[in-house]
Amino acid sequence: MIVIVETIARLAGWLLLAPLLPGIINKVKAWVAGRRGPPVLQLYYDLGRLWQRGVVLSSLASPGFIAGPAVAWVAIVGAALLLPLGPAGALLSFRGDALLVIYLLALARFGTAWAAMETGSAFEGMGTAREVSYAVLAEAAIITAMLTLSVHAQSITLVEMLTPASGVGAVLLGAGLFTVLLVENCRVPFDDPNTHLELTMIHEAMILDHSGPPLAAILHGASVKLLLFVVLLTESVVPLGHFSGPVACAVLALGVLTVTVGVGLVESLLARLAFRRVPLLLTTAILLCLFALLVAWKGGAA
Amino acid sequence: MNSMVNLLIGLAMGLNLIALASSRLPALITAMAVQGMALGAMPLLLEHHFDWMVSLVAVCTIAGKGFVIPYLLRRAMRAANIERDMEPTIGYVPSLLLGAGGTIAVVAMARALPLLPEHAGSLMVPGALASVLTGFVLLIGRTKAISQVCGYLILENGIYLFGLLLIHVTPLFVEAGILLDLTVGVFVIGIIVDRIQRAFDTLDTRKLTTLHE
Repeated sequence: MIVIVETIARLAGWLLLAPLLPGIINKVKAWVAGRRGPPVLQLYYDLGRLWQRGVVLSSLASPGFIAGPAVAWVAIVGAALLLPLGPAGALLSFRGDALLVIYLLALARFGTAWAAMETGSAFEGMGTAREVSYAVLAEAAIITAMLTLSVHAQSITLVEMLTPASGVGAVLLGAGLFTVLLVENCRVPFDDPNTHLELTMIHEAMILDHSGPPLAAILHGASVKLLLFVVLLTESVVPLGHFSGPVACAVLALGVLTVTVGVGLVESLLARLAFRRVPLLLTTAILLCLFALLVAWKGGAA
Repeated sequence: MNSMVNLLIGLAMGLNLIALASSRLPALITAMAVQGMALGAMPLLLEHHFDWMVSLVAVCTIAGKGFVIPYLLRRAMRAANIERDMEPTIGYVPSLLLGAGGTIAVVAMARALPLLPEHAGSLMVPGALASVLTGFVLLIGRTKAISQVCGYLILENGIYLFGLLLIHVTPLFVEAGILLDLTVGVFVIGIIVDRIQRAFDTLDTRKLTTLHE
């Protein structure tokens, strides 16, 4: 009985809190630019409106057009539920769950890419090609980051892995994971979530033909994914184990807020990179995680 | 003390990678200058008691590598009117990967070297080798004369770091002499760059291999 209540509570927490993050980022951007900006709860209104709308279906599209977003949403929420939340631990924890999280994220990307290709539109294909080619490098970075954490903690269970190192290793890993966060969630130096010019957008180009509830699922899944990466970054840099229960929760919340505001500031202060410069930045992210791995390895051996 | 030294060397290794990845000359010169200053402060950390000779050389190194040489290079850059190195022989991503692979390899390899016990825990040998490798990659992989000078200076930073291992044996006069040579060398290069620019209308060193009327 308690397990069911806990599951529902966690699920509700992830699902209800996630759309807040894009709102906070937009508020920070508006604040830096000196505008009033959309309300923090804007994404909730958008999701509610999209949910009530009908779906426009291309006559070419197979059921995969609807199934893709659903698969992606379920995979992302599943990955989120595997992630331990500070002192509360994870809902489900077993040996190797870190690998399952990586695979679920890859499955979510496959779901969105699959649905994007369904209509046969050229723009979606272009967006998908870009998204997937960035993902090749971003996934290498996140796998290296997971490897660093597991070498440091001598474990491949997420609950034990997220007890971070201190000093240089944590700084390197934090910088690497922050870059991965930006590329995985299509934030500014890689992709502009506000652009609506088909030739330059990546993630937005993939979802051009979606409407109604499937679009709502994609948007909501993207916000859950953002929250997932923010929590992962916070937990792999801040040693939450040193605090008692309520304090740790407060520190986690504060960390999530800090990272979100940081993303907003990066978006306000940086221009978008040219496409050909992106691989260089992604290689830098991989190298940051790789050097964190080196530090963890040397530290463990000494 | 040792952790402070290692932190500075780690910074120098990071700057190596920044130098390899940057396509703009001002960024490259800044990375080279900051690395020179970080390594210039090292003798002060390594000496346990105050020595006026060591302090003098450290101050001269910081001033020379941090301010005089970058100033000369920036002036040459403005005179030649170039901002960036657009056509490297080895691209930015491959050179970054080469540098990172080299750094990881020397850190792993340094353990196998027969070092003195007091140097075993320090990053000095890997840091020196990594800087030397970075300097080589920049020398080989860049086409503009100023980038190659920066590569040469990073190479020299590595050799300087290597020389610090022998700080108790070799007098710092040697380093002082090298520093003097280096400043004069960069000064001369600054003038030559200007001449090359006037004679050939470019600083691309690949063109210097062909004969010119």
